Amino acid sequence: MALSSEQGSRLADLFKGHEDAIIASWTEEIARTTRGRLSRAELQRQTSELQKGFQTALRGGAPNLHDDLAAELRAQLAELSSTRARQGFTANETAVGVFALKDAMLELVQKGDEADAGALRDYIAFSAFVDQAALFTFDTYVRIREELIADQAEQLLELSTPVVKLWEGVVAVPLVGTLDSARAQVVMERLLQTLVDTGSPYAIIDITGVPAVDTQVAQHILKTVVAARLMGADCIISGIRPQIAQTIVALGIEFGDIATKATLADALRHVLRLTGTKRQER
Amino acid sequence: MTTWDGAAAAERVAIISDQDVVRVRQLVRTLAVAVKLSLVDQTKIVTAASELARNTLVYGGGGNAEVSRVDNGRKPGIRIVFADEGPGIPDLDLALTDGYTTGGGMGLGLSGARRLVDEFEIDTEVGKGTTISVTKWCR
Repeated sequence: MALSSEQGSRLADLFKGHEDAIIASWTEEIARTTRGRLSRAELQRQTSELQKGFQTALRGGAPNLHDDLAAELRAQLAELSSTRARQGFTANETAVGVFALKDAMLELVQKGDEADAGALRDYIAFSAFVDQAALFTFDTYVRIREELIADQAEQLLELSTPVVKLWEGVVAVPLVGTLDSARAQVVMERLLQTLVDTGSPYAIIDITGVPAVDTQVAQHILKTVVAARLMGADCIISGIRPQIAQTIVALGIEFGDIATKATLADALRHVLRLTGTKRQER
Repeated sequence: MTTWDGAAAAERVAIISDQDVVRVRQLVRTLAVAVKLSLVDQTKIVTAASELARNTLVYGGGGNAEVSRVDNGRKPGIRIVFADEGPGIPDLDLALTDGYTTGGGMGLGLSGARRLVDEFEIDTEVGKGTTISVTKWCR
C-alpha cells in the first residue's frame, strides 16, 4: 500500500509532536535485541537521526521507500546496515532494529484518544513503509557481507601462494587448499617469476595441503612443470600421501618422467643429491 | 552444519559455478567421514565427486548433485547422483575411453571416476541430459 501525501504529512506531524517519545521507545526496543553491545547514547543518536530521516521522507510525500523523495532515508539505512554488518550483528538483528519503529509508533497510536479508523489506516500504510525500509536494510546487509566475503577471497588468493627459497638454487611452492584455475594461474606466474629472479635450477611443488588431486588439479600441476622445464628448471612434486597416490593410479593420471616424492624432505634430499653429484663430476 | 541422521538423509547442491564444485566436494567429504569410510576411500569418492561435478558444470552446462547416505542392510555407503539437462553423451563407449575428451581436459574424468567408485550408473540421452549415479560402500 502506497502512502498518500496527506497520510505522509499526518504521520510526519505525529513524528514531530512526539519525537522524544518515539526515540526513547525505539531505542528501548533496539537495546533489547542488541543486549548491550552498543551504548545507549550511540543507539539514541542513530535512532534520532533515522527518525529525522523518516520524518523528512514522509513530509516530502514519498509514496514508498524506492521513490526519489526517500533517497536520503535510503542512504541513512544503507549506512546503518553497513556499520551493523561490520560490527558483527546478524542480518536479523539489523532488520529488527528497523521493525522496532513500528512498535514505537503503535504505542503512540494506541495512546492517542483519536485511535479512529483513519489513524489505523495511516498506521497500516506506515507499517508497510517500515517493512520496505527493514527489507532494504536486510538487502544492504547481505550485499555488504557478500562484498566482505569477496574481498577476503581475493586476499586469500594472494596469501595462499607463496614461493619460498628452500636452499641455494632450490625454490618450493607449498600448495594449500583447492587448486582452481585462478589459483593455478597465480601459482604458475609466481613460480616462473621466482625461477627467473633467483636463477634457481630446481623447483619443488609440494601438494601436502591439497585435499584432493583430481584431473583438473593434476593438469594444472603438469602444465606448471612443463612451463618450468621450458625455462630450464627441473620440477619435483612432493607431498604425495598414500591415499592420493592410490587415487591418482585409479584415475589413470600419469606423471611421466616427473620426479615425485612422498615428503618435502625427500624432495629436498633428492635435489641435493643431484646437485652434489654434479659438483663431484666437475 | 550438516547433520546426517537417518538413512534417508539427502542433500542437494545446485552446480552452477566452480564454487559449487568445491561445495559438492566438501559435502561428500563430510558424509564420507560420517559413514566412516577409510581415508583412501574418502579420497577416492571425493575425487570422483569432484570430477563428475565438474563434468556436470562444464559439459552439462550446470545441474545438481544429490548426496545421500545409503545402507544395503550390511554396510553403509554414500550415493551421489549428478543430473544435468545438457546435450547428453552421443557415444558413451567413446566418452568412457581413457584419454578421450571434447574439452581441454585430460580425458580421464569420467572413466577415472568409474574406477574410483563401487557402483557406477549412467543414463544419458542426446538433447535431454545426463544422470550419473555413483556409490561407494564401506569395506
